[in-house]
This record gives sequence, structure tokens and C-alpha cells, in this order.
Amino acid sequence: MSDAIVVGSGPGGSAVADVLTAAGWSVVIFEKGRNHLVDLDDPSRRRSDYSNDEIKFTVRHFLGPDPLLEPRTFRQRETDGDRVFVGDVNNLPSTVGGGGVHADGKLPRFREEDFRLRSEHGPIDDTALADWPVTYDELEPFYADAERLIGVAGDAGANPYAAPRSGPYPMPPGAPMYGATLSADAAERLGYHPYAAPTGANSVPYDGRPACNNCGFCAFYGCPIHAKGDPVAPLQRALLTGRAELRPETFVSKLNVTNGAATGVDYVDANGSTHVETARVVVLAAGAIETPRLLMLSGFEHPLIGRHLMCHFQTIVMGGLRQRVHPHRGRSVTHVHDDHLVADRPSQRAAREAGLPWFRGGMVEHCGPGGPIQEAKIYPWGETHTRSMRTSTFRDRMWGFTMQGEDMPQAANRVDLDRRVRDVRGFPVARVTYDSHLFERAASAHYGPRLAAVLDEIGAEWTVTTTSPDAAFPYGGFISPVPNSKHVMGTTRMGTDPSTSVVDPYGRVHDAPNVVVADSSVFVTASGYGPTLTLVALARRAARALVD
Amino acid sequence: MARLFFSEDEYLVVAAACERLIPGAADALVADYIDGFLGAFAVDPPRIWAGGPFSGRHGGTPGFAGFMPLSRMDELAWRTRIEGSLGMREREFNGPVVGLQERYRDGLEALGTDFATVDADAQDARLRADEAFTDLLYEHACEGMYGAPEYGGNRDLTGWQAIGFGGDVQPRGYTDDEVSLP
Repeated sequence: MSDAIVVGSGPGGSAVADVLTAAGWSVVIFEKGRNHLVDLDDPSRRRSDYSNDEIKFTVRHFLGPDPLLEPRTFRQRETDGDRVFVGDVNNLPSTVGGGGVHADGKLPRFREEDFRLRSEHGPIDDTALADWPVTYDELEPFYADAERLIGVAGDAGANPYAAPRSGPYPMPPGAPMYGATLSADAAERLGYHPYAAPTGANSVPYDGRPACNNCGFCAFYGCPIHAKGDPVAPLQRALLTGRAELRPETFVSKLNVTNGAATGVDYVDANGSTHVETARVVVLAAGAIETPRLLMLSGFEHPLIGRHLMCHFQTIVMGGLRQRVHPHRGRSVTHVHDDHLVADRPSQRAAREAGLPWFRGGMVEHCGPGGPIQEAKIYPWGETHTRSMRTSTFRDRMWGFTMQGEDMPQAANRVDLDRRVRDVRGFPVARVTYDSHLFERAASAHYGPRLAAVLDEIGAEWTVTTTSPDAAFPYGGFISPVPNSKHVMGTTRMGTDPSTSVVDPYGRVHDAPNVVVADSSVFVTASGYGPTLTLVALARRAARALVD
Repeated sequence: MARLFFSEDEYLVVAAACERLIPGAADALVADYIDGFLGAFAVDPPRIWAGGPFSGRHGGTPGFAGFMPLSRMDELAWRTRIEGSLGMREREFNGPVVGLQERYRDGLEALGTDFATVDADAQDARLRADEAFTDLLYEHACEGMYGAPEYGGNRDLTGWQAIGFGGDVQPRGYTDDEVSLP
């Protein structure tokens, strides 16, 4: 029997395994995907499977999961019937390192008000908006710890809205992308406050890993030179203690619980055989869709498990520029701004006109498009194809913004088990029911034109605004009724009252306190920031509470 | 490259069709990309994922040249996608799957064995007559034209050179000036 089982080797699970093993605990880490990150025979060495290969990473599911083997199902609302779509539903990578591997590593902190929106701004109808049971001040030391652990590059003084910090970023920012220099200058001229994105990509050699060399294959790719702050550092540290064992290609199918305490898990190994593993503590870090699925597969019955799924409502505004901006060079995103998360008079008026007491948008990423294969598929085939690719309207001459709009926690937005569709191992898959709230749609409608105005200021010849999700698009594409953010949150929300929350402020499941959730499932609200740094900080805090 | 899936006649139809979809595709050997994908399991390791971390074009050892071994699960997924479920229980846990090989055999038959010999307008008319297959073919043609040449297409980097794209660039990367300046 080990001290702890950790389900999932992504940023949350790795952060926990590092704390537990450092405190002398023995840990078994289960990961259902393959290992392409660390040499398990010699954990001081990293693997060399990642590459600048658009086919492998964006077409052929190299980081998993393969939607044929592990589909999810989707519907917007219950009245749609059992499901409308089967396939990739906001899939995060299923591989050692989890979501940290494919992310381009934007790692912002939340701000103070993100933890107490309800008391600061008031309730929103038809939502479960609530304050967090944790404050920014309580979390600050864990944010600092998480930034050092992952290796975050940033500029502490650059964002006027930022919450107070106990120290500088571990590294200075890396080279700004050319497109971002244009959009940041234009945004400043219009009164916004862009700043160097806090990024988990090394700007200088850090923690035994090299500096990023700007190859551009960042978002959706593993880093070939391990300059990215995927969870390689905490995983290696945990494994090098000799007290952690990482088991890739093993699927945890059930938590075994007796009298309100977990005794361990059932798992299916790479050959399809089922086994039992026992431990004193079980940590769930499988992500905000798979974690509630596992709890439901295990017979947990708390009515809020799976509810309040949040994904961020993305507003994507792109513009066509006369000049080429080579968006394939650099770290995918080097500038962001927070202005659309801060209420001003026009936004307050727009909220009232929409029938809302208030709204907020989200952090705005200054960003370019994807690679040439993705671009080519946009253009029509035929004689015009080559000219379209040479002109490159939708790649080399395109630049814009993605706003990660805060979406409200709604009880109807949820993960549950599909009654018919199975995964390759025979278990019911997660079904997602998700529809947007007026809150995020109204904020998007307000801020979208303001972002387009920044592109006009650069001299864009055209701009186009889309959102994800967008119910007007057909299923199956990049933009569809299925949200595509990868920022899944909220399905085992934390709180002090077991009737309104699934886990306590340290991630312990109310119904079985030796089960700890250490991923973004515990989020009470979505904020307008990417969830990774906050979920790592919460996971570090939860792990410290276990060992102290 | 020796054919892994298409017959010689089928190959000629695919090559001619891809050339209509993307001018230059024939010279870039886009049909070889598709042949290598549909015949991925004719070789070992299967031609699904090229290795890493570097191609060798910008230094380092050419890891793209070899393909990566698949796990049992990976093989199940890709064989199902390419070959179809073929009535096998382990491939039909959510029902039958029509494989890409079958879609190509049917699609090419509809284009006609004389496709390569008819004039451009007739070729385009036949491509427009079967939109679902042409969409599939176009997706693969884009991958073959603008993907890494180790997958069989983009011969001599013609796809990337035509659009001024540097392709994979590790371990050289880009300098800060190349990132930040026009």
C-alpha cells in the first residue's frame, strides 16, 4: 500500500506528487495516456518525442486522447435529447504532463476580486455565482511557489491591474512577437494597458532546462527542447526521490470507498487487465471533465458533482493586415491585457442595457493564427488555392485577439455519464451539457467591437469576430456549439457547506475526506484568466495540508 | 516510394485529382502522402507519427526520418480509422466504423478510372459531384502539401517554399530579432 495515489499526471497531479514525495510519502501516479515526457528508466533524462510537426500534433492526435477510442458526447441543453454530438468535446491532452504539454504556457494569476465576485459585484440571475472559500492573500505564497516550480517569465510591474506580489517573476519576459508589438502599441493608444504575458516558457536557462528559441510550434505542441513549463520539472523531481512511481497507459476506472473513506482504486493496465491499488489517500487530478466522471463511475452521489461546468466564452477577433507579421515565430502569445476584466462606465451601461447588473469580459491574448495546414483547409480548392496561400490572408497577414471571457457557473451546465456511448475499455463516457449565459454573451458583444477597433488602429483592412462556443455554427468544426477553450473548470466546486459544494477549501471531498481533488474542478468561478497557475497553486496548498 | 496502398491506376487518379485541388500537388508528391497514410500499416513501425525531436534540416540528428512505434491502443485507433471496423468486436464498441480505405476505394471509383485523361473542366465537374469525398481528399492534400516531407508529400519542401514558410525550425529556432522585427 502506498501513501497516496494520484490520478492524472498533468500540472495538478504533478504539483501534488512533488510535495508529497518531498515530505517522504510514497506515491503512485496513474496516467491513462502515453509517456512522451520523461525517461522512466532514468528520470533525470527527458524524452525526445516532441517535434515541430503539424501533422503529428494537430491532425493525428499525438498527445491524445484519440476521439475514436475516448469520445465524449455533447448537447447544449436537456431538451436536445440524449446527445447531439459525439467526438472531441473540449479535449485536453491525455498524456504524461497532461494539459501542460500542449498549452502555450500563459500563466497569469487571478486578482483579489476574482475570489469574491458575488460580494463585490452582486448576484447574477440564474447562476450559482458565489465567493470562493479562499482569498488571494491566502493563495499568494502558493502562486509564488507555483511560478518558481513551473518557471514563469514575466514583468511584475507591467500590469496596472495586477494583484500584489511577494516577489518578482522567476524570469524576465521573452522576445515580443512582431504582431504583438503592433497590437500592443495600438491598444495603448486607445487607452488600454497591454503587458508581457506571464509565460511558462524559459526566457533564460532555468532549472536545468534551456531558454526557449522561439520556434513557434508552441500552442498545441509539446516542446522539443523542454523550454516550456509543462509539468516536467515537478514530475522529474517527484520521480527522482525514488518514492514516486509513474504508470502511463493505465486507466483508473473506480475509486473504492468503504464507510466514507477511499481505500484505493481499480485500474485497467495497458494490456486491458484490471487490478486494484490501495493507498491512504487518493488525489484526483484528471481535469474538470474526467474527475467528475470518475467520481460518478465510482458511485459518488453528491448532487453537485459534475455541475457548474465552466469553459470560458472566447471572443476571437482577427484582422487582415497589409504587412506580413510571421505569426509562426515566437511563443504564440507574448502580450495580453486585462482592461476588459475591469468595469468602466461604458461596460456598466452596456450591462444595464442587456438587463444585467454587471458583467466582465476576460483577459485578452494578442495572438496570431495556426500553421499552414490549418490555413490551407480554410481556402477553397482549385486554381485560386496557390495564390491564396501565397497571399496568406488567414495566416501570415492575420493578427488579432482571443478574449477568455468569464462564464457564469450554471447548474444546468454539467458533466454526467452518457447512457449509451462507451470508451474503448467499455466505460460510459462523459456527456457535457453546456449553454452560454447572457452574462458572457453580453460581455462578448460589448468588448468584441472594442477589440476590432484596436485592429482598425493598426490599419487592418478587415476584421472578423467569432466566439467559441457559437451555436450558429455546425458541429464538428473548430468553431461550433461545443466550447473549444480547453479551460474546463468547476465540476466539483469547493466550499465550506457540504450542501452547496462538493469539496472543502483544501479540495477534500466532503463525502470522503481522504479523496482530494487537485485540478480546476474545484473552481467556484471561472475568472477571465487561464486556470493552470491557479489550479497548481491550489494543488500545492492542498498537498501541503495533507503532509503538515 | 513504393506504393503502400493504391494500385498504379488509383495512384494516377489521386495524383490528378490532387493537382486540380492544389496546383503543384503532383510535383510535391501529395499522392504519396495519402498512399503512405492509407498504407501506414504496411510497414513497421506504421507511418502514423514521425519521430522527434528534429528533422535535421536545421541541425541535430534527423529524428523525423523514423516513425514511432504505436501502443496497442494507438494501433487499435489508427487501424480502425484507416481500415474500418470490419466487423471486429474490439473496433465496434460504439458501432461500425467505415474506414478511410473504403471511402477512398469508393470515391476513386466514382471519379472514374479515366479521370487523369479527361480535361480539366470534366475533372472539376466530377470532383464537385461527390463533395464529401472531395472534402476528404482536399484535407489530405493540404496535409501532404504543407506537412513535413517525411510523411511522403511536400517533396523537396516545394509546399513550404511556395509560401515562404520555414517549416520545422528546431534546434535553430528564431532569433529575438526575427521574432520581434518586421
